[in-house]
Amino acid sequence: MRVPLSWLREYVDLPADLDADALEQAFVRVGLEVEEIQDLRTTVTGPLVVGRVRSIEELTGFKKPIRYCLVDVGNSEPQGIVCGARNFAEGDLVVASLPGAVLPGGFEIAARSTYGHVSNGMICSARELGLGEDHSGIIVLPPDTDAAPGQDARPVVGLDEVVVELNVTPDRGYCLSMRGVARELAHSLGVGYRDPAAAVLPLTSSEPGYPVRVEDPVGCDRFSAVAVRGINPTAPSPAWMQRRLNLAGIRSISLPVDITNYLMLELGQPMHAFDLGRLAGELVVRRAKPGERLTTLDGADRALDPEDLVIADETGVVSLAAVMGGASTEVSALTTDLLFEAAHWDPITIARTARRHKLPSEASKRFERGVDPQLTPVALARAAALLAEYAGGTVDERVTDVYAVTPPAPIAMPADLPARTAGVDYADERVVELLTEIGASVERDGDRLLVTPPTWRPDLTDPADLAEEVIRLDGYDKVPARLPLAPPGRGLTAPQRRRRTVGRALAEAGYVETLNYPFVGQTTLDALGIPADDPRRQALRLRNPISSDEPELRTTLLPPLLAALRRNLGRGHRDLALYEIGMVFHPAGTQGTPPRLGVDRRPSDADLERANEFMPHQPWHVAAVLAGEVEPAGWWGAGRAGDWSDAIEAARVVVAAAGHTAEVRAAAYAPWHPGRCAEILVDGTVVGHAGELHPQACAALDLPRRTAAMEINLDALPLREVTVAPPISGFPPALIDVALVVDRATPAAAVEAALVEGAGDLLEGVRLFDVYTGEQVGSARKSLAYKLTFRAPDRTLTVEEAVAARDAAVAVAADRLGATLRGA
Amino acid sequence: MTYRNDPYDPKQVALLDQSSLDDAVAAAEKAFAEAGDLDALASIKHLHLGDRAPVSLARREIGALPPHAKSDAGKRVNEARTAISAAFEARQAELRADRERRVLIEETVDVTLPTARRPRGARHPLTTVMERISDLFVGMGYEIAEGPEVELDWYNFDALNIAPDHPARSMMDTFYLAAAGVGNEESGLVLRTHTSPVQARTMLTRKPPIYIACPGRVYRTDELDATHTPVFHQVEGLVVDKGITMAHLKGTIDHFAKAMLGEDVRTRWRPSYFPFTEPSAEFDVWFPQHRDGPRWVEWGGCGMVNPRVLIACGIDPDEYSGFAFGIGIERALQFRHGAADMRDMVEGDVRFARAFGMEV
Repeated sequence: MRVPLSWLREYVDLPADLDADALEQAFVRVGLEVEEIQDLRTTVTGPLVVGRVRSIEELTGFKKPIRYCLVDVGNSEPQGIVCGARNFAEGDLVVASLPGAVLPGGFEIAARSTYGHVSNGMICSARELGLGEDHSGIIVLPPDTDAAPGQDARPVVGLDEVVVELNVTPDRGYCLSMRGVARELAHSLGVGYRDPAAAVLPLTSSEPGYPVRVEDPVGCDRFSAVAVRGINPTAPSPAWMQRRLNLAGIRSISLPVDITNYLMLELGQPMHAFDLGRLAGELVVRRAKPGERLTTLDGADRALDPEDLVIADETGVVSLAAVMGGASTEVSALTTDLLFEAAHWDPITIARTARRHKLPSEASKRFERGVDPQLTPVALARAAALLAEYAGGTVDERVTDVYAVTPPAPIAMPADLPARTAGVDYADERVVELLTEIGASVERDGDRLLVTPPTWRPDLTDPADLAEEVIRLDGYDKVPARLPLAPPGRGLTAPQRRRRTVGRALAEAGYVETLNYPFVGQTTLDALGIPADDPRRQALRLRNPISSDEPELRTTLLPPLLAALRRNLGRGHRDLALYEIGMVFHPAGTQGTPPRLGVDRRPSDADLERANEFMPHQPWHVAAVLAGEVEPAGWWGAGRAGDWSDAIEAARVVVAAAGHTAEVRAAAYAPWHPGRCAEILVDGTVVGHAGELHPQACAALDLPRRTAAMEINLDALPLREVTVAPPISGFPPALIDVALVVDRATPAAAVEAALVEGAGDLLEGVRLFDVYTGEQVGSARKSLAYKLTFRAPDRTLTVEEAVAARDAAVAVAADRLGATLRGA
Repeated sequence: MTYRNDPYDPKQVALLDQSSLDDAVAAAEKAFAEAGDLDALASIKHLHLGDRAPVSLARREIGALPPHAKSDAGKRVNEARTAISAAFEARQAELRADRERRVLIEETVDVTLPTARRPRGARHPLTTVMERISDLFVGMGYEIAEGPEVELDWYNFDALNIAPDHPARSMMDTFYLAAAGVGNEESGLVLRTHTSPVQARTMLTRKPPIYIACPGRVYRTDELDATHTPVFHQVEGLVVDKGITMAHLKGTIDHFAKAMLGEDVRTRWRPSYFPFTEPSAEFDVWFPQHRDGPRWVEWGGCGMVNPRVLIACGIDPDEYSGFAFGIGIERALQFRHGAADMRDMVEGDVRFARAFGMEV
């Protein structure tokens, strides 16, 4: 909402010395967010003058038509100016910036040679002066402009003005008007206010005017109309009106349309003007019928929905109510008789229609947020009077006013509610005073106040709304600060602590956390070689994705994480280790749409449960990826490239940080290399995978060969139970090394498990310290060398005891896996 | 025995002569002092302390002395030998110390060499800022509540007093999920536009008093640029208890702002509008350490929980009242840490997170 300050001053007694800061504070104090305060006086410097076009010479032979004009700018000789616009004629008053002027954006005007002439300045469009977006032609000043050539053009076009751009919250529909903004500013500054609506005698008559039938009084509880006949169809809008519209960011179109827009800004009442001569018979306000269509003012042919509110005459629909008028009854340059309409529409219907047809208009915006239903005859009176004043014509003395408005009902508010809400002791008198100030009428009823809100505040429906008005107008800065005392809490939950520990562990292990968008596309899954029937292909899909290439939500963290890896590679990083902890999304098994739950009371547990069946499954995952070296080369020696084993180690780090021991088993699972992929198990359940990525996946995603990755479903890990402290023996250990020869395909994990099982309780630790393949053990075999640590809790072990335990361990490995002692 | 044993004239045994012993001690001391290193010292040790050293030879003569002379001679020989041994050990200790000093000098390294055999990782500052805020509220007795990112629109909107056609709903720029199948039908699911549905879920499942903070990821359909991102992070707080007022809300936000930004921070409230709170406010903080100089910075929204929300969540508004507030984490990172460009937070360039390390 753009608010020219001079316009506001008509209704509110602003202090003359109000500076920009104080003005902003005044708006902010009552909840109107100031987007910008534009002091237009400073936007153009140097000579900007009114000019009269004396002669126009059409230059030909160029790519586009160009005019060389002689413009009277108040000097003895007219100024020669080259201009590309064509919307003006000899004798018109225009705005010329002369050499030395600087336009918005730092554009300096100087005399220059162009198209074979010297151009001594520029004839300006509204956009060039920062007065709006209009660049369809240069500004042609209305003929009644009270200015002579050479005079400063700033006051003429509104560049002597301060314009405040306000952000109006959706509850304050009435602040989408000068009337509402002025009222709030008056509250804020404690100064006088004149309601522009109160200054007008509403149009009424005992006889109805143009015949109107409202079939849907819920959708339209007031419809008012008045005819004005015999106007001068080419009468221009007065300069002051054009100027104000311009400053508010609305283009001048024609006098009747400008009047409706002007009053919408002044009062907040959107209006429409019909060409009376093109209306046929009674107007009917109703919902659209199936199959009905309407060509709107913007030329679009629209299929109407049976929920749309429309205005129809005998020929069919002529207007999409409160959203956009129809082309067939549009006011034109030939219109001499017209019908002004001002109505009050149901906010929800208008909101839906505007959304359905993607037509958010100035009018629909206001109706959605609530318009004062008492304004329609006021707006009609203003409109008819303005039109008659500037275009002649006769205002019909019969006015149509179909009225089904329910007046605001009183709200019973406990008198102490504002005090209880704010923690401030407001006296009852103060509460009544503030509510009266916003236009409400207040009656006492014991401990309660019966408050009837003003008609322009449809947002005030609950006692809490009234409490807010009191607290807001008294000032939020009067509310003291006190710290409430919470009951003792229980700290972070186990899953929350676990996520932190896992994150820290990975970061300590060299991985850098990234937080990636969860948006993915099937093509990435193709690149990763995820099979068509894989559950990870079943993804939730957005109706309105940011990018049509990535309309789905991730079912695995890897695609976005690998994209981050590639982005880093693209920026010249070569040795990378990244991780992410985040949610993945799996569709719920339940089909259909969830039941609508009410809000007037708590939904039943059964209803909540039924709705929750439609909730997608959203477990927390953790994933890590790495490429390049994990240990750099340096003065200490060669570096070490990261590989499958680092990814598996990362998985082990995660599982260990979560308080468990990972089991690792060979697996074949996309997108990993089938020979270098492990599944990670905890308590016998697969919780994730790790290893080297499939070479084809690396190639398809343009990643370095041997890129490795792991992903674990954190929510699949059991929560850690209370750890039982182990007994710590003070007796010395017995260390024995064994080298076992097994088939090459035998997993080391199986050998270790056999050793552990066979060694019995005396075994404290087992560590694989060497893997040998080569001639000495035969081509199909490998040797695994283990260091076994034995220790007893209560004595120093004898050599015999330790050897017996080792032999038992080897026996199990021999029995189960055919292991033989190396060298034996 | 080198000399004939003459019991009557012990002085005839030249070796036992005091001056001979003194000479032997002096010679040893001189020789030891001249030994330049431990090897040289070891190689001459036998000359002064070995079996054929003068003091050793002298000791052999003692046996042949008459009994009255033995004691005196033995004492003198022992003194001489002790003196030589002491000289040897002193010199040996000195040379050992020398050697150790030399070895330490030889072992000197350049301690400024890089040691980064294993590059350090880092956590994302958005994570650590959220954790820090969570810890702050945990310290005040709050608990940390979390919820799903894909939500039923009832939790994201209706339960929070945002009716289906309320203008606030379209202002939230919501991502909607399509129903299963090939079409683009509505599913009743959205990507949550704020963490407030967690508040609704908490109120529906717990009885007051409720003191929770809800950190998490939220979504709006903004294109990524320097100041917008479609995926961002919030922390919201919710308190529902008997007798809760706006003063409590103010006290909590003031405390929070000071704890996060320093004691010289001030807060300012501006009336605003959120469907789920009434009254509502936005709050700014006066941040003296701002990289562009001290200024007011917009930080979050807050208000008293709208009684309609309490009712929809099964809490009696006549018995309980509550407040809620929310702040943007990206915003906090922007002004507290001077992170100017939102893209740096989402692109995952390792340089960004590394700059923050493990903590904020």
